[in-house]
Amino acid sequence: MTIALDTPHPTYPAPAPPRPGGATLAARNVGAWFGDHQVLANVSLDMPAQQVTALIGPSGCGKSTFLRILNRMHELVPGASLAGEIALDGTDIYRSNLAVTETRRRIGMVFQKPNPFPAMTVSENVLAGLKLSGLKRSDHAAIVENCLTRAGLWNEVKNRLGDAGGGLSGGQQQRLCIARALAVLPSVLLMDEPCSALDPTSTRRIEETIAELSQQVTIVIVTHNMQQAQRVSHGCAFFLAAENEPGYIVESGPTEKLFSNPDDPRTLDYVSGRFG
Amino acid sequence: MTLIEAPPEQRDPSLTPPRTFASAERIRVRAFGLADAGELAGAFLSALALVWLVYERLTPLSGILGFWVCVYVAFLGIAWFVAREQRGAVVARDQVVRIVVWSGGVGLIVPLALIVIVVVGHGYHALRPHFFTQDGSRVGSLNKATDGGASDALVGTLEQVGLAMLISVPLGVTTAVFLNEIGGWLARPVRTIVDAMSAIPSIVAGLFIYIAVIRGLDYHPGGFAAALALSLLMLPTVTRTTELVLRLVPGGLREASLALGSTEWRTTRHVVLPTSRTGVVTAVILGVARVVGETAPLLLTLGAAHVFNGNPFSHPQNSLPLFIFNQFLLAQPSTVARAWTGAFVLLVLVLVLFLAARLAGGRGAGHIGRVRRWRLARKGLA
Amino acid sequence: MTASDTWASSDSRRVSIAVHRSPADRVYRGVAYAAGSATLGLMGLIGVFLFVKAWPALHTVGVKFFTRSEWLPQAGRFGITGVLLGTVVIAVIALVLAVPVATLAALFITEYAPRRLKRPITWLIDLLAAVPSLIYGLWGRAFLGPKVRPLSIWLAHHLGFIPIFDARGASTFSASAFIAGIVVALMIVPLCTAVMREVFAAAPPGEKEGALALGGTQWGVIRDVVLPFGKGGMIGGAMLGLGRALGETIAVTLIISPDFNVSHLFHILPAGGNSIAALIALKFNESASGPGLSALMAAGLTLFMMTLIVNAVASTIVARSRSGSATEI
Repeated sequence: MTIALDTPHPTYPAPAPPRPGGATLAARNVGAWFGDHQVLANVSLDMPAQQVTALIGPSGCGKSTFLRILNRMHELVPGASLAGEIALDGTDIYRSNLAVTETRRRIGMVFQKPNPFPAMTVSENVLAGLKLSGLKRSDHAAIVENCLTRAGLWNEVKNRLGDAGGGLSGGQQQRLCIARALAVLPSVLLMDEPCSALDPTSTRRIEETIAELSQQVTIVIVTHNMQQAQRVSHGCAFFLAAENEPGYIVESGPTEKLFSNPDDPRTLDYVSGRFG
Repeated sequence: MTLIEAPPEQRDPSLTPPRTFASAERIRVRAFGLADAGELAGAFLSALALVWLVYERLTPLSGILGFWVCVYVAFLGIAWFVAREQRGAVVARDQVVRIVVWSGGVGLIVPLALIVIVVVGHGYHALRPHFFTQDGSRVGSLNKATDGGASDALVGTLEQVGLAMLISVPLGVTTAVFLNEIGGWLARPVRTIVDAMSAIPSIVAGLFIYIAVIRGLDYHPGGFAAALALSLLMLPTVTRTTELVLRLVPGGLREASLALGSTEWRTTRHVVLPTSRTGVVTAVILGVARVVGETAPLLLTLGAAHVFNGNPFSHPQNSLPLFIFNQFLLAQPSTVARAWTGAFVLLVLVLVLFLAARLAGGRGAGHIGRVRRWRLARKGLA
Repeated sequence: MTASDTWASSDSRRVSIAVHRSPADRVYRGVAYAAGSATLGLMGLIGVFLFVKAWPALHTVGVKFFTRSEWLPQAGRFGITGVLLGTVVIAVIALVLAVPVATLAALFITEYAPRRLKRPITWLIDLLAAVPSLIYGLWGRAFLGPKVRPLSIWLAHHLGFIPIFDARGASTFSASAFIAGIVVALMIVPLCTAVMREVFAAAPPGEKEGALALGGTQWGVIRDVVLPFGKGGMIGGAMLGLGRALGETIAVTLIISPDFNVSHLFHILPAGGNSIAALIALKFNESASGPGLSALMAAGLTLFMMTLIVNAVASTIVARSRSGSATEI
């Protein structure tokens, strides 16, 4: 799937070892295409460690595409391509010797629609990542308890670990997916509108989980819900796209500033609900 | 339909908030009530009476089949007439169509029942336990129908179908995985070819194996050659059904697996295949059910045998469908009876496989069996 | 960071993403590709073999292969007109009987059956497909034949003016193409029903509701929405049934009494009939080698081509029709 041909490959530097407490992600001049149609242009953003960064903006601006570029899922779409740099703790994930599977292990993802593996039990779901990524860890029972606790699900399922993963409620399934993502020891957790398919109670629980997790894992969350962005995030980036033009970041910065005193009038319009 | 009114003390809306009425009677909108049933029954009875009166006299038909055909036609006519009088021409047309469609749908039970009844009726009484244990080597057309048995045929069928499974299931499932999980430029021609293969007449499959293997490679007719022909027939069924089942696995699961840092192979092995496991089992059973009764390719590849031969790789073998076919064509009362006995056994076998396929397909992916649960509990994970 | 309006001039050098696959993945893909290619190769092999072995016979007899109807390969005189015609006659009878029944059954399952009856009826119809062809043959010959005989006689007597029902000078009415056609019809009904069922179920509910909202009856909805939508699937299903009927071997072999006379083959009621598949099945043992075998190969090749073409056309019709995206053929 080698795409365009520009400069010959430089010697890629060795990737930095993972740090405890989350990693920093930095995007520089990111562009994205589906075939010849450009959907993102010149996006640059810092996502600091141990913080929650929210990506907000109207639908269709490329927020989810940007998220998928962060963990190298964008390239799975046939005909998709990208430009720019994504640095995980200083190492460009697209230009290092880091295997793509290893990148995806370190940068985990939780999807909009909860997708626990139906053929596995709750505990098997949590441990699935170990089998799938090849990460060797011992003491599986402790891992199951630890991850489910951090995801805020342990008390509800501790007596149902042998039940099928698909038999839980929507909110529980999503927390199970979070636990599953945590089991492979990621430094960053990407969340693509994790609560949009859930009821308010589950949403609240997951927001609590996000707050607790942010100390251990860097979190980047795409959300349509501005109040949610205000509640959970430390920093925000506001995406916008004019019709038939690629998306870009209008403004990014600390959440408080963006919501109370943004620099750009368009940001002010969006956060006060004048369009969206 | 009763009018629902609030009881008197509740009628002042300022006093209490609205409450649900315990006595609310739900309106049955689509109920097929007594009146409708009566209308149909009346039409039927009058049709019966009418035809009974005029049948022999006025129509050039005779016999019981013609009688019931006339009754049916008359029933349609009278039902239409009554509906038109009661509810108008448009509804009358709808009513007639309804009756015809119901007849078509439910009527297919009749030939099925007839087949089962005839086969059981003809085959059951000559069935003896030693049908399964003795072979047909010392039995000819002059013996009684209950002499001897078909153990050679049964063993032959088992081994040939078993070998066919061994060949076509791995190949078919792998091809289905290729088509659905990997795809690419090769997928389209392969899919076309698999569709074309499912159209091969069974006799042509036998013909091919005969020329290619028995003549071409100078191999002898026998169980293995027959198994090759059967796998040619089984392969497209297994491939297509498995591909269908794999397609049903939601894409989100594959995404989730890749996002955890998995490779393609691990995703297929640990997520896609287990999720579709019951479907794949169904596909295999359906494939087996299809070939277990195939006779035409066996005519060309098996050779003649009546002795118990447990080795499909040397010497000709017999097979249950071939046994039935040959015995039937000998056209002696005893052999025909033996053929029916074999047909009875074959029908039971096919029905059992069919049921197994339906039951296996019924359990969703989320069924965690007892053994698995026990194993997980031992590790403290359940 | 504020917006840059100069996105068009940004560095648009795209990243070249070389896909490094792990060894396991490479093996996995290799095996899967091999399986796909094997299936492809197998099919090609079948066509090649049949053609090569049929060539001597075709070479001997030339174009007359398609005009003669007798089958005497040892004397160098044979042609498939007879058997081909017989095959088509039986298949057409089967289609004429099966397609209406399958349509009714499919409509019943999708539109009329009460919810709880849907699954059992579907199972029962699929059960008809599970019954082996051999048992159909036995049943057709031993049970149905004698039962249909009076009907054949009646048809010949009262409707004999219609050419196909003409049976002057015939003495036996069992072992006829008519009976074989009825049995084959039963065998292809489940196949046609399954395809039509999927197609009818995919009819757009919005259009159906629209028709009902205008005051239409259920029949009106079917006539104006479901059937036009499902036209492609119905034709496709019918053609798939045709393909199956053309290749049906054992049931036909057991029922008919092979007749190579072309004019006889059009009269379906008296004993007679023929089919390529039955020809191969019956003549195989006599023609262990030489011209007989080669002639049979030629006949087999013709049958194979016919069923391939019919099935290919069926798939294309279904795929191109409006209902095509809903079905899996």
